[in-house]
Parts: sequence; C-alpha cells; structure tokens
Amino acid sequence: MKRNTLIRKGILTFSLLLMAAIMVFPVVFTLSNSFMTENEISRHYPSESESQQDNAHKNSFIHLKLIPDQFSFEQYKAFFVKKQSFIDKEQSNMKFYGNSALMVIPIILGQLIVASLAAYVYGKLKFKGRDTLFLVYMVTMLMPFQVTLVPNYLIADKLGLLNSFGAIIFPGVFGAFGVFILRQFVMTIPYSYIEAAKIDGAGHFTIFMKIILPLIRPGLAGLVVLLFADYWNMVEQPLIFLDDPSKFPLSLYLSQIIQDTRGIGFAASILYMAPMLLIFGFAKKYLIKGIQLSGAKD
Amino acid sequence: MKIRKQLNNDGKVAAFFLLPSLIGFSLFYLIPFVMGTIYSFKDGAVGGSFVGLFNYKELLASASFLKAATNTFWFTAINVPLVIGISLILALCLHQTVMFKNAIISSFILPIVVPVASIVMLWQILFDWNGTINLWMVKMGFSQIDWMKSDWSIVVVSLVYLWKNIGYNMIIFLAGLQNIPKDYYEIAEMEGAGRFFKFRQITLVYLTPTMFFVLLMSIINSFKVFRETYLIAGDYPYDRIYMIQHYMNNMFASLNVQKLTAAASLMVLCILILVFIFFAIERRYRKFMS
Repeated sequence: MKRNTLIRKGILTFSLLLMAAIMVFPVVFTLSNSFMTENEISRHYPSESESQQDNAHKNSFIHLKLIPDQFSFEQYKAFFVKKQSFIDKEQSNMKFYGNSALMVIPIILGQLIVASLAAYVYGKLKFKGRDTLFLVYMVTMLMPFQVTLVPNYLIADKLGLLNSFGAIIFPGVFGAFGVFILRQFVMTIPYSYIEAAKIDGAGHFTIFMKIILPLIRPGLAGLVVLLFADYWNMVEQPLIFLDDPSKFPLSLYLSQIIQDTRGIGFAASILYMAPMLLIFGFAKKYLIKGIQLSGAKD
Repeated sequence: MKIRKQLNNDGKVAAFFLLPSLIGFSLFYLIPFVMGTIYSFKDGAVGGSFVGLFNYKELLASASFLKAATNTFWFTAINVPLVIGISLILALCLHQTVMFKNAIISSFILPIVVPVASIVMLWQILFDWNGTINLWMVKMGFSQIDWMKSDWSIVVVSLVYLWKNIGYNMIIFLAGLQNIPKDYYEIAEMEGAGRFFKFRQITLVYLTPTMFFVLLMSIINSFKVFRETYLIAGDYPYDRIYMIQHYMNNMFASLNVQKLTAAASLMVLCILILVFIFFAIERRYRKFMS
C-alpha cells in the first residue's frame, strides 16, 4: 500500500515536472538561442523564403537547437547598434523600448490612482445605484477592444489624441480592471477599522490615505504586475491609434525586427521580455495574491 | 451598525472620489459603447440617417462575417472548457503535498508574463512547413502538415491559448481549494464516502463560485488570442483562424463602419446574454447553498 502511494506520487511529480518544463521551454529556448552568433542563426534557421527555395532542391528541415556552437553577445550588441530606417528618419531599436515604456508606465501609475479611489467607493461607501454602476464597469471589462473601435477612434480624433501616445494612455488609465481587482482587496478590510478612524475624527481622505492604501498594498502590487503583463504585450490599440510606425511599442515592432533582421531576433525577444521576467522574479508573490483575490467571492 | 448608516450618507464624498474614474470611464468606454450601438442602426457614422436593421441584414449575409463569428464561437466553446478542465486537474494535483511544488507553480504562471511577440521565432521554427515538428513527423513516418495554413492552425492557436492561460486559472482554483474547510472531507470520510463522491459533492460544489469567475476570465482571455494570431499571421490569416476581431479590424481598415458597428453590437449582445445567464445560475446556486 505504502509502496503504491510512493509510486503514484513519483509518477505524479514526474508528469507535473514534465508539463512545467514545457511551460518554461519557450523562454529557455529563446534565452539560449540569444547567445548564438548572427551567422549561426541565419545558417541554422533560414527564413521562410530561403527554406522554401531549399525545398525545391532538397528537403532540409529546420532543426531546433538548444546549445549555441559558440557563446556570444553579438546579437545583443547588434540590437543596440542597429537602426531601423523610416521614410524620413532613422531610429534605434532602443527607441521602441522607450515607446513601450512611455505608454505603459503612465497607464499603470494613472490606473493605480484612479482605480484605488474608485475601489474605495465601490468597496466601502454606499449610495444609490452603486451596484448597477459597478455591473456596467464589469460588463465593459468583458468586451474585446474592437467592439468600440469606431467611436473610440472618433473620440480620440475629437480630443486631438490620434497618432499620439495619449490615445493609448487615457483609455488605459480608466480601464475597469484595476477598479475590479482593488475593490476585492478593499472589501476584505473590516468596517471596524474605518469606524475607529471616524471616531478619532478622520475624514474620508485621511481614511483613504492612512488605512485603505496601506492595507491594499499587496493588491496594488499585484495590479501593477497584471497591468504590466497586459499592456507591455498590447497589440490592438497601437495598431489602430498610431499611424506612424516609428511610434509603435516594442510589442508591435518586434515582429518587424524579426522579419528584417532575423539574426538578432532572439536577443531582441529576450530584451523585450526582460522587464516582465524581472518583475515576475521580484513580485511573483503579489502576482499570485492578486490573481487569487480577484477570484475570491464577496 | 451606526457607522454603516453614517456611510449611507456619504454620497457627496463618494461622488468626489469616484469622479476621476467616472469621467474617464464614461468618455472612453461607456459613451463609445452607446455611440457604437447607435451607429449600427445608421447608414453613416457622422450625420447618417437611421436605416433600422439594414446593417444587420447586410452583415448576416456577409460570408466573411459568418466565417469569423463561427470561428470565434467554436474557438471559445472548445477551449474554455478545455482550459478550465486542465487547470482544475492541475490544481487538484498541486493541492496535495508534491515535491518541487513552488517551482512547478512558478513554471505554470510564467507564461502569463511572457509576451507572445517574443516567442514568434520559436513558433516559426516549430510550425513552419520545414519546421522541427514536421521533421519529427517525417521521422516517425507521417507526412508533413502545413500547420499554419490548414485546419490544424486552430489547434496550434489553441495550444498557445492553453499555454498562456492554464497557470492563471490554476492559481485561482488552488485558492478556492484552500478555502474548503478540511472537516467536510473528514466527516464525509467517516461516513464512508468514496473519492469520487467527495469530489463531486464537496470539491465541485464549493468550487462553483470560483468556477464562475474562472469561466468569465477564460472567455475574456479567449478573445485575446487575436494578438497571437495577428502577430503570427497578420491581417488575413488562414481561414480557420480568421477571428471576429480580424473581421472588425479589417472592416475598420476598409472604413466599413456600418458592418463593423453591427458586428460589434451583435457581439456585445451575445456577451451580455452569456453574462446574464451566468448571474442567473449563480443566484440560483447561492439560494441552494443557503
């Protein structure tokens, strides 16, 4: 009996580890390949057209390769040096990094402020129509971006935001997701805390700053990670609102880099994920907490 | 109790705190939403006149819309139950004491933060006509499959969806499992309940609220596969993975506002119906629990 459970445990652990390996494989693979030389990449992974040409002569397959022949930082160097040319100007790859950061950071900071204020109201204050209003927030959260494409475009046009980062930042700041997550955290705070503060003569602003904000700090951290993961990866919004490819965030431009200069694609990919991976490393605990509490029921 | 009453009179403060969110939310979400619905009944976005259901008739006669809608429907209908099933099984496995538990959990949630744009290279290497998967297929004596340009493309996209979303759901389920009091299982055991009975009568019942949330999130995320398919295959991917978002984007590019807004409104309607069904079931469930 005991031996049986031991074997069962062993098989379970083994299959879980196997699946876990599959989950992390894309990252490991990209990382190890980012240390190949450009030459090795183009030799080893011919681009689609090349491989089809090859196909006419002989059936040459692309072999997945994990260990570089020669360990080098060539791709990384090339990423920083190479420039992308546009009609009227040249732009370094780093600029796209900047583009991404200039859109994502304001969205995160803005949504933290706006959403935490709103979350306090939805979580702890009572007024007529509160729940209906909150339901409306939730419903819009479910809708894909494309649903309000035309009116959003017209409004951005009216506000003079088209082809600027503002067209992406403002809708991001007011997204309902943060309100939803933070409300869950606010609701776990007992009323008695607020009551005690009131007796001490604290106003709502003091309560918000001194009680609510410190207590929902894990929620704020979790929200930062989730928002970062979502907006760092955005595709839909810049595709519609930005005409000028030199303003594209890295998420959208990366596929271009990969197509044009395949040799540095892996390093570019790693550099692109690096901020996310770092945040993940440092704030994994909060990410997990954020996700779990968002699923908890009131 | 007194404080609750006092909180009741906090309308003014509430309005003040809520104002920033409310203004922005209305401007960028609520108003566009209403405008879109109105446009769908007009023959032009700016200054058009009302044409009733004309746009909808046109839309439903459009083959590419029907294709896109069907694809999206089937993608969601198959993958959402699949992702929930797999992540529930994983959560149940990880709820016991397992070696390397933390490492395993971390590996599963890693894909949440890995942007898909960064694994496009791997994707191409694996699924190209001359890709590594086909190499393996040939070695094992099968013929090559054109993964991205055949019906298999939907399978490939599904795999990416599963890869990205299993961890998220698994974590929520794990939290849900931790919240089920252990005594329930002990009592059931004392009364001689079997494994399957315990799973169905305790685990599943107490996980139902979690399940609702996971279901909603999985549906939202199933709409987000557009990103992946767009980055891999562009505006016009193979027929089988041409989603409703591709359709709407392309209608936007060709300035066909009528079809776009009608399609959007139909989609909203479907999502709303779904949400109300969920809420109705949930309310019933709550009554049943108490």
